[in-house]
Amino acid sequence: MVILWGSNARETHPIFFLHVLKALRNGARLYVIDPRRTSSAQWADRWLGLDVGSDIALANAIGREIIAAGLANEEFISRATTDFEAYKACVEPYTLEYAERETGVPAEAIRELAHAYARADRAQLCWTLGITEHHNAVDNVLALINLSLLTGHVGRYGSGLNPLRGQNNVQGGGDMGAIPNKLPGGNDVEDDAARRPFEEAWGVKIPPKRGMHLSQMFHAMETGDLNALYVIGENPAQSEADMEKALRLLSGLECLVVQDMFLTKTAELATVVLPATAAWCESEGTVTSSERRVQRCRKALDPPEGARDDIEILCELARLLGRNWGEPTAEQVWDELRSLSDWHRGMSYPRLEALHGLHWPCPSEDHPGSPLLHDRLWQDPVGGRPAPFSVVEHDPPVDKLTDEFPIRLTTGRRLESFNTGVQTGGFRSPLHRSESLDIHPSDGARWNVADGEVVRIVSRRGAIEAPVRYDPTLRPGLTFMTFHFQDEIATNILTIDATDPKSGTAEFKAAAIRVEKLPGPADIAAGGLGD
Amino acid sequence: MSVAPLRLVSRRTVELTIDGQSVRAPEGATILQAAQSVGIATPTLCYLETLTPVNACRVCVVEVEGSRVLVPACARKVEPNMVVHTNSARVRHSRRMVLELLASSVDLSYAPAEVQGYLAEYGAQPERYGQPAAAPDRDHAHAGHHTPVADGYAATVAQPVKVDNDLYVRDYARCILCYKCVEACGVDAQNTFAIAVAGRGFEARISTEFNHILPDSACVYCGNCIGVCPTGALMFKSEHDMRAAGAWDESRQTRTDTICPYCGVGCTLQLHVQDNRIVKVTSPQDNDVTSGHLCVKGRFGWQFVQNRGDGRGGGVAAP
Repeated sequence: MVILWGSNARETHPIFFLHVLKALRNGARLYVIDPRRTSSAQWADRWLGLDVGSDIALANAIGREIIAAGLANEEFISRATTDFEAYKACVEPYTLEYAERETGVPAEAIRELAHAYARADRAQLCWTLGITEHHNAVDNVLALINLSLLTGHVGRYGSGLNPLRGQNNVQGGGDMGAIPNKLPGGNDVEDDAARRPFEEAWGVKIPPKRGMHLSQMFHAMETGDLNALYVIGENPAQSEADMEKALRLLSGLECLVVQDMFLTKTAELATVVLPATAAWCESEGTVTSSERRVQRCRKALDPPEGARDDIEILCELARLLGRNWGEPTAEQVWDELRSLSDWHRGMSYPRLEALHGLHWPCPSEDHPGSPLLHDRLWQDPVGGRPAPFSVVEHDPPVDKLTDEFPIRLTTGRRLESFNTGVQTGGFRSPLHRSESLDIHPSDGARWNVADGEVVRIVSRRGAIEAPVRYDPTLRPGLTFMTFHFQDEIATNILTIDATDPKSGTAEFKAAAIRVEKLPGPADIAAGGLGD
Repeated sequence: MSVAPLRLVSRRTVELTIDGQSVRAPEGATILQAAQSVGIATPTLCYLETLTPVNACRVCVVEVEGSRVLVPACARKVEPNMVVHTNSARVRHSRRMVLELLASSVDLSYAPAEVQGYLAEYGAQPERYGQPAAAPDRDHAHAGHHTPVADGYAATVAQPVKVDNDLYVRDYARCILCYKCVEACGVDAQNTFAIAVAGRGFEARISTEFNHILPDSACVYCGNCIGVCPTGALMFKSEHDMRAAGAWDESRQTRTDTICPYCGVGCTLQLHVQDNRIVKVTSPQDNDVTSGHLCVKGRFGWQFVQNRGDGRGGGVAAP
């Protein structure tokens, strides 16, 4: 059994979805939980079309039903988990009827999913940004983890939790320590013992405090505590929620350095731009995929004149700041990482080459890598700390629907495009079509807007104009836009920067909007255009 | 996508004889696999490890003692005490005729050297069927209405190349109807079902629904059909244009494996580079993430690295 929760893998992870399709051909069942009846949902045995932001209500109701039906894996719970009683008490009020009211999913469908998941021999619970782009993203994830602990669908071959990563090295970036609270290899920066080997290897004192995540940085720009920013390979001027605010803050910096392969909108605001090579085809290195598989990237092309390898730029910068880091190759940098990270110690370049990648943890050169992560929960006795249940409560989106802003807008990706379009804007795909506000046809009739009509879309942050597109896969009251065409239609002017306190992720998935008709030619002729 | 086996199954083996050699093969293996395991090469055209055998091309046929007809090695499972001849006079005769019929009706000039080698090895003489005839409008041919060609001419599948988008072209004058593209577009990989076989007999051809142009079809431009095409009938437009201009030169090309710059699945891309420009992208068939299959972004979405002259690769592409 496969559950895709808040994931349209058919379009966003197409080759992963081919594996799902193979499973379906072999008799697996697919449940898709998504506010939209996506192209993934069209392959599902059952589609649960929940209201945006009601995931915890649904997950807790599934948990309650599994417990009430006597389908919880009690042996696994008692051996490998803690805090079950607190969880049980927490989900008790989440009856099927309550969940149907809060989520819009029929009680019978919730019950069916709960029973199918609990009874499945093997079940994969996969999610994407539909779970994590919310103000309570971490709670959403914890609610799903609870379900896997309740049923024992974790750490066994064929059973697991599977967050599908949206970028080719977002996993690797975190693993290398490019997150505020970690050093490479998952070592906690606030843990003295974990920090020490790094301090010894690097001959420096590492500040024992976690840094700021992206949302905190923007907050610090607002309060004036942060006035210089060094951005590598990111385009926050277009990718941040509440874009006009983000632009104002970036423009107000004393110093903005942008290292990128393109002169992005962010780079256009920069004090200094450092032209970089395309990491995936103009330089050597590694990336880490969703399945924790480290693989080699290789240089196939010479970069354009003036563009330099990221490693070279950083080492040159260090030299100018008075530190001699030499001129290391990508492999030498990797070997330094291996000397400090237990996850990667066994992953030499020759092994990565010969084995087409290795899954971490891979602590030694004779270790085969770990395609399966949490199998310790099935060891006897359980290896390490048991896994805790978490108490999480339903908390609807921050941007409330009101009479003034009565319509839910959610955002996402399309098959042929990627994020702000910096990369995918460059190829001539017949699938490309420009941005639109996708609405259910019945809403078109209700709001008196035709298919293709350009309308004004207003949120509490700002307003943009975009053509309407009728899309029968949406439910009435739900609208959809991508953020692939920010140069033409800046969807992120509408989105809200309400962020999850732990992950710092903004609630891109839930904005409240209203749709206004533009004045027709007759109105304009009559001087009907206001300011 | 995990590589760990569910559990190790001890498989029973089957003993058979191939070309006088005693061979032990796992139960369920094909004659082709059993022959390959002892180094006996059998020609194939429509067979691909990653696809379900369709028995379309008949070039892999072998003789099985006790069997009235020749059997396709790519699909026929081994049986205990089977006696197989892969290179008998009957087999060679059949292969020669299959290759002659294909080569007399289809343009095989872009087929890999391996295929040219088959023609030589089996002494195929396609020219004995006559001059290649210009084909009528094959797209509108009806089943059961075959028009014979004039004496001295061989019927062909010739027709103009279909160029209806900027990503790939379909040159069905080069199509041997191996069905691989249909399978890759269908249940064996992509499950999009944009193409199927239309017509019957010599009028059979690969077609979108109602022969619509690709932009009006269900095609999602994953290019997995190009990835499996054995004769160059399906081709990157970049390769097609370079060949037309006489600029395509594989001897000047390098192939480098790297990882796709888009989502987190980690697909291996093999970049074919000529004169410091990417000219096409494939993925190795033995890769356990992709099995050779990619999506539209991985296969075609690399143009941005070569568009940096204008300072920025972003924005909306021209239609």
